[in-house]
Amino acid sequence: MTNPQSQGQLSANGELVHLLTLEGLPREIIVRILDTAQSFLGVTEREVKKVPLLRGMSVFNVFFENSTRTRTTFEIAAKRLSADVINLNVSTSSTTKGETLLDTVDNLAAMHADMFVVRHSQSGAAHMIARHVGPERHVINAGDGRHAHPTQGLLDAYTIRHYKKDFSGLTVAIVGDILHSRVARSLIHVLNILGTPEVRVIAPQTLLPAGVESLGVRVFPDMRKGLAGADVVVMLRLQNERMRGALLPSAQEFFKYYGLTPEKLALAKPDAIVMHPGPMNRGIEIDSAVADGPHSVILPQVTFGIAVRMAVMSILGGA
Amino acid sequence: MTRVHIKGGRLVDPKHGVDRPADLYIAEGRVAGIASAPRGFEADRVVDATGLVVAPGLVDLSARLREPGLEYKATLESEMVAAVAGGVTSLACPPDTDPPLDEPGLVEMLTRRASSLNLARVYPVGALTAKLEGERLTEMAELRDHGCIAFSQAEVPLADTQILWRALQYAATFGLAVWLRPQDPHLAKGGVAHDGEVATRLGLPGIPAFAETIALGAILQLVRVTGTRVHLCRLSARESVEMIRAAKRDALPVTCDVSAHHLHLSELDLGYFDSHCHVVPPFRSQRDREALSAGLADGTIDAVCSDHTPVDDDAKQLPFGESEPGTTGLELLLPLTLKWSREARLPLVQALARATSEPARILGIDAGHLGVGAPADICIFDPETYFTVAPSGLRSQGKNTPFLGYELPGVVRWTLVAGEVRFERG
Repeated sequence: MTNPQSQGQLSANGELVHLLTLEGLPREIIVRILDTAQSFLGVTEREVKKVPLLRGMSVFNVFFENSTRTRTTFEIAAKRLSADVINLNVSTSSTTKGETLLDTVDNLAAMHADMFVVRHSQSGAAHMIARHVGPERHVINAGDGRHAHPTQGLLDAYTIRHYKKDFSGLTVAIVGDILHSRVARSLIHVLNILGTPEVRVIAPQTLLPAGVESLGVRVFPDMRKGLAGADVVVMLRLQNERMRGALLPSAQEFFKYYGLTPEKLALAKPDAIVMHPGPMNRGIEIDSAVADGPHSVILPQVTFGIAVRMAVMSILGGA
Repeated sequence: MTRVHIKGGRLVDPKHGVDRPADLYIAEGRVAGIASAPRGFEADRVVDATGLVVAPGLVDLSARLREPGLEYKATLESEMVAAVAGGVTSLACPPDTDPPLDEPGLVEMLTRRASSLNLARVYPVGALTAKLEGERLTEMAELRDHGCIAFSQAEVPLADTQILWRALQYAATFGLAVWLRPQDPHLAKGGVAHDGEVATRLGLPGIPAFAETIALGAILQLVRVTGTRVHLCRLSARESVEMIRAAKRDALPVTCDVSAHHLHLSELDLGYFDSHCHVVPPFRSQRDREALSAGLADGTIDAVCSDHTPVDDDAKQLPFGESEPGTTGLELLLPLTLKWSREARLPLVQALARATSEPARILGIDAGHLGVGAPADICIFDPETYFTVAPSGLRSQGKNTPFLGYELPGVVRWTLVAGEVRFERG
């Protein structure tokens, strides 16, 4: 069993200092984040969409890997908490000039950053930055390699809780490229922590990491069997570069066997919800009829995502 | 030349199965007498080894000295001092310098620089192919004449099995030994950790154990047809140990080694992306680690080496997958071997064989033993004292080790090379 302390995201008295991964996070902290997010949801629907909780704080969005969408949701979340937000697209600036990752972080720390939202293509980058900056500044992992995307996992959990109320009787099926997916790993951890009895992964063997069962999932190579009786279906994005080659022969074949169509969705429970972290590849992992259909909660996920990120930032910021 | 009397120590000479209290008398750079002084012996220097083990100097089959070309990571001076501080008196250095050791001039320069330092003895392993590029064979016979003791691809496995076959044939023609770390480059491509539960959890690209065994199978088949003497470097997988056991049963001319760190650590030690645990081959499962330890104990694995790889901080302070693999090891070889022998409940004399007489046999050098007439390469150490591994305590320029903070047994007090004291801990 892993000790959450050793990950350096909790202080000695169990307070959240950084958010690096959901693995090993105490259930109470996750529930607190989800509850806090719920209270923020009202804010996002008001005419003046701001609360002054992080006034005077500087949040640096440091993206070593491009992602306009995720960066934007963090930016909106920080601004709604009245923080000052600075966006840095590091992949196009410092590192190409030979500056090391930690040099970049040191420079930003010297500019009095209170919070770093970090995305990096390498697993473990957020852990390394958190170790380096210490507990005085807060690091939120916005995705590190294949490892973790904790705010995505939390917003997925929030969405499931919103529609299904309780995790104790749920079957959740996660479909697609598990091997490369930090979204899948974070979701699997949070679902297990919240007591989901059945978490399934559905994928061809080429898209499953070694010993994936050890994460606490059941493997279904056959999508139809895996969807049977599911309450929640989470579709993962398939990256373009993985659609043709040694992992998969073609996007067409993938869609035929692992794409979510209305016909396959009918195998799940009648009230099943369909989720996707976005951006979607319509006609590759998901049929438009499903993406835009009555089971889809893909757009509410985005709305909840802002509230969840506000919750994480406000808890880290001590507000 | 100094005449030295090593007094009151416990003589452990694995090659001759000796483990008893005995004084050692050294003259002309060689062992001149054991237990009783040769006629007319007058010591210039007496070393009081009371309570200490007097053993052959360690013979390390893999230590990177980083010269030429990588002096910002370490220099010959720093690493040769580290060697004698670790009780290592002979070492083989792999050809992955910059440029690689593929020309007689480079080899000669290295050996000349090394011997001018008057510390440990250095045995260069030449590149098997030019620039280690895996295309053109090096002038192996010529390189042998300039001091190369064997030929290897270091950490650049040959992708082309036809070239591997030809290289083995050519080496066999001249009776040269080829050292190979078995790894299929295609299966290992992009991987940075053992393809198992930990890599899955951490989201690190994996190197499956069969990347090693498939390459090992190919090498063993080629040894069968060419008869080349092949030494297999740094096994990491349980199944590899089984394959070597079978190959030795079939009397194939193969030997193999394991790194000292692989005897103690597994994938679990990666923790949360500890880049000090980024090594090649990767730390594998507990079962693999246990099989390596058992294989070394029963002699299937012939030798333990440090696989010393000094890495600068900048190259380690990167996300795990981008960090440079390797650990510093010369000064930890003896402590880690002692720790292993205690855990494996192996007598000291048997355990030390794996770091002295056995690697010397693989190298084909007159070292690693202390019979009368043997070169007086000697390591005198305190086997009972534990020390805490700390960067400040390491003489190597590389402070990169996953054992920082560990309490390890074995403190080297004196190291002699050719009868001269080359290291003394005050």
